[in-house]
Amino acid sequence: MNFEFTEEQQMLRESLARFLREKYDFETRQKIIASDNGWSRDTWAQFAEMGLMAAAFPEEFDGFGGTAVDLSVIMEEFGRGLVVEPYLPTVVLAGGVLRHTGGELAKDLIAQISAGDLVMGLGFAEPQGRYDLFHVETKAEKQGDEYVLSGRKAVVLAANIADKLIIAARTSGNIRDEDGISLFLIDKDTDGLTVEGYPTIDGLQAGDVILDKVKVPAASLVGEEGKAYPVLEAVIDKAIIALAAEAMGVCQKICDLTGEYTRSREQFGTPIAQFQVLQHRMVDMFIFKEEMTSMTYMAVMKADTEGHDTRVAASMAKVQLGKSCKFIGESAVQLHGGMGITEEMAVGHYFMHATMMDTLFGNGDFHQKRYERLTGLRAA
Amino acid sequence: MDLSFSEKDEAFRQEVISFLDENWPADQRGKVEFNKETYLDWHKKLHAKGWVAPAWPEEYGGTGWTPTQRYIFDQEMAKAETFPSLAFNTSMVGPVIYTFGSPEQKERFLPPTLSADIWWCQGYSEPGSGSDLASLRTKAVREGDHYIVNGSKTWTTFAQHADWIFCLVRTDPDVKKQQGISFLLIDMKTPGVTVRPIITLGGDHEVNEVFLEDVKVPVENLIGEENMGWTYAKFLLMHERSNIAAVHQSKRYLERLKEVAANDDLAGHGPKMSDDPDFIKKVSEIEIDLTALEFTELRSLANEEAGKGPGAESSILKIRGTELQQRISHLAVELAGYYALPYQRNLGHNEYPAGPEHTVDAAAHYFNGRKTSIYGGTNEIQRNIIAKAVLGL
Repeated sequence: MNFEFTEEQQMLRESLARFLREKYDFETRQKIIASDNGWSRDTWAQFAEMGLMAAAFPEEFDGFGGTAVDLSVIMEEFGRGLVVEPYLPTVVLAGGVLRHTGGELAKDLIAQISAGDLVMGLGFAEPQGRYDLFHVETKAEKQGDEYVLSGRKAVVLAANIADKLIIAARTSGNIRDEDGISLFLIDKDTDGLTVEGYPTIDGLQAGDVILDKVKVPAASLVGEEGKAYPVLEAVIDKAIIALAAEAMGVCQKICDLTGEYTRSREQFGTPIAQFQVLQHRMVDMFIFKEEMTSMTYMAVMKADTEGHDTRVAASMAKVQLGKSCKFIGESAVQLHGGMGITEEMAVGHYFMHATMMDTLFGNGDFHQKRYERLTGLRAA
Repeated sequence: MDLSFSEKDEAFRQEVISFLDENWPADQRGKVEFNKETYLDWHKKLHAKGWVAPAWPEEYGGTGWTPTQRYIFDQEMAKAETFPSLAFNTSMVGPVIYTFGSPEQKERFLPPTLSADIWWCQGYSEPGSGSDLASLRTKAVREGDHYIVNGSKTWTTFAQHADWIFCLVRTDPDVKKQQGISFLLIDMKTPGVTVRPIITLGGDHEVNEVFLEDVKVPVENLIGEENMGWTYAKFLLMHERSNIAAVHQSKRYLERLKEVAANDDLAGHGPKMSDDPDFIKKVSEIEIDLTALEFTELRSLANEEAGKGPGAESSILKIRGTELQQRISHLAVELAGYYALPYQRNLGHNEYPAGPEHTVDAAAHYFNGRKTSIYGGTNEIQRNIIAKAVLGL
C-alpha cells in the first residue's frame, strides 16, 4: 500500500504547475474569460504540447499514461489554477467514451484530441432528467443507412466551442429505460443541429443542444446500438473521480488564499487570523480539505477497474466533494468579508466553481442515495 | 499509488486472525463484560504471545512490526471486538520510561509495565487545570532523598484498580509554568494517597479524584531531569493519540446497529428502522465519513512508514474519530426507541431486561461517550494545535 506518485507523474505535475503559475495567473484567466471565445486556443495548444491530453490515454491510443492517477495529477493542478479550457468535456468525457468503445474511428479522434486539434462535448443530460443518466427522451430513428435525431440535451459543457459532439439518444424503449440508449458522433455543422450557447457562472463554456431531425450516417454510431447506458455510467464515474481531484486542488487553493488574507487583514489592531473563532473555522476548512484529499486518493485507486467498487467509490467521492466544497467555499467568502463577494478577488471565483462542481454529474444528495442503493442500505 | 497489501502483510493478517480465533472466540465477541479481571486476562494473553506493545522497541518487548503491520493488527483486534491492551501501560507511561528513564528505572518498571503486573493510572488533570494543563499546582518539595507531594489529581481513569500512578507535579513555582514541572512515579499504596470515585452520567465508575497528602516519594522515582516534565508530558500525549481514530471499532459498532435495525425484535408487526429513509441517511453519512477518516489514517500511516512521523495532523484523527463515535452511539439510542429509557445496568444474572438486549446499554453508552471529545485534549484544543502547528496561525 502506498500513496506515492511515479517520477513521471511528479514531473508532469511540476511542469504543469509551473506553466499555470507563470502563464495562467488569475488576471490572465479573467482576460481569457472576457475574450470573445471565452477560452484560449493558444493555451490549449500548449497543453497538447506538454502532453496533457496524451497523458490521459493508454498506449493503445498512442497515449503515454491513461491511469486515473495520471489524470488526477492534471485535474488537481487545473483545480488550483482554475483552468477554464475544455479538458473535462473533450478528454475526460468524450475521450472517455471513445476510449471505452474503441475502434478505428476512436483511435483517429483520440489522436486529434491528443494533438490539440479537436474540441469535443458529450451530451448526456436532458432538461427533465435531472441527474439520471438513463433519462433520455431524445430519439434516434433508423431510416435506411441513416439515423434521424430529435430532442434537446441540457447544459452540454463546451457544446458552443466544440468541433464535434457525442450525443446520447434513444433508439428503443421508454424514456427512463436503461436499455435502448445509443451514442452518436455528430459534427457541429450538421443540418438541424443548433447550440444555444452560454458561459457558465463559473467561467466555462457550455450550451443546450437542440436536435431537429438531424441526419447522421449509420457509421456515426459510437459503440453498440442500445447499449450505451453502462458506457455512460462508467465514463461519468471516472469523470467524477477526475472532478474530485480537481476539487482537491480547488479546496487547497481556497484554504491557502484564506490563510493569506486573514494574516494580512487587520481589524481591532491585529491580523484577524489571530482570532480563535476564525482560526477554528480555518481548521475546519483544513479538515474538510484533508477529507477531500483522502477520498480522492481512495477513489483514484479504485478507478481503473469497472464494477461495483468503482461505482461506490465514485459516489462516496462525490458526496465528499459536495460537503467539502460547500463548507470551504462558503467559509472562505465569509472570512474574506465584503471582499469575498466581489469579482475582484480570486477567492469568489474559486467558490463559484466549487459550488458548480457539486452540481455536475449529480450533487451530493443524489450520490448519497446512489451509495445507499449500491450498498444495499436502500431498496434499489 | 496502490491500495493492496503485500503478500507478506496478508500472511501476517492471517496469523493475527488465527491467534484471535483461538484466544478471543467468535461466540464471545461483543459479549465479554468489562472489568479488571477480564481486562487483565486479555492483556496477559497478548503479553504471553509477545504482542501486547507492538510499538515498543524490540529490546523492551516490542514486536518490530512495520506501521502497516501494526495497522493490520489494530484492524483485526477491532473487528474481533477485543479489549485493547492496557493503554496507560503500553501507550503512555511505558514509552516515557524507555525513552527518558534511567537504566535502573527501565529494569525495574518496564517488565511489570509490559505484563501489567503493575496497573498504571495517569495523574495529569487537576480540578483547576484541565485544558490549561501546565497550570497544575500539585507540588513536590525535595526533602533529602524524598519528594513530599501535596495536591490532587482528577479524571483519573481506573485509579481504583491502579497499583501506581504517573504524575505531573510542580517542582519549581517561580519559573514559567511549563518549566517547573516534573514527572514522578508514585506507588498508590504510599500513605497519604486516597481515591474518591466520580460517577459519570449513566452510572459508570471509570474516573476518580486522587488526593495526595504529604506523600513521600523516593527521588529515584523521578523520570529524567527535574523540571523537564512538560517535555515528557507532551511526548506522552503524542503517543496517546495512536489509534485514536478508532475507525474499525466504529465500523464494527455500526455493523451491529445495522443488524439490529434489520432484525428488530419489535418489528414483527411494525416498520423496521432499516427501511426508514432518515435512519438510512444517517447510516450512509456515517459510513462515508468513516471512509474519509480511514483514508486519512492510511495516509498518515504511509507518512509514518516513510519516516515522516505522526504530525499534528493526527489531531484530525482525534476530532473526526470521536465525532463519529458519538454519532454512532446516538444512533443506538434512536434504535432503542422507548427502551432507551429504562435504567437497567445492574441487572442480576437471572434477571431479564425490560426491552431487547441492544437497548440495555444504549443510552448509558451514549452519555458515557460524550467524554471522547473532551479527553486527551478537548477537540477545541486539538483545533488550537492544528491552527498553530499546521496552519501556522
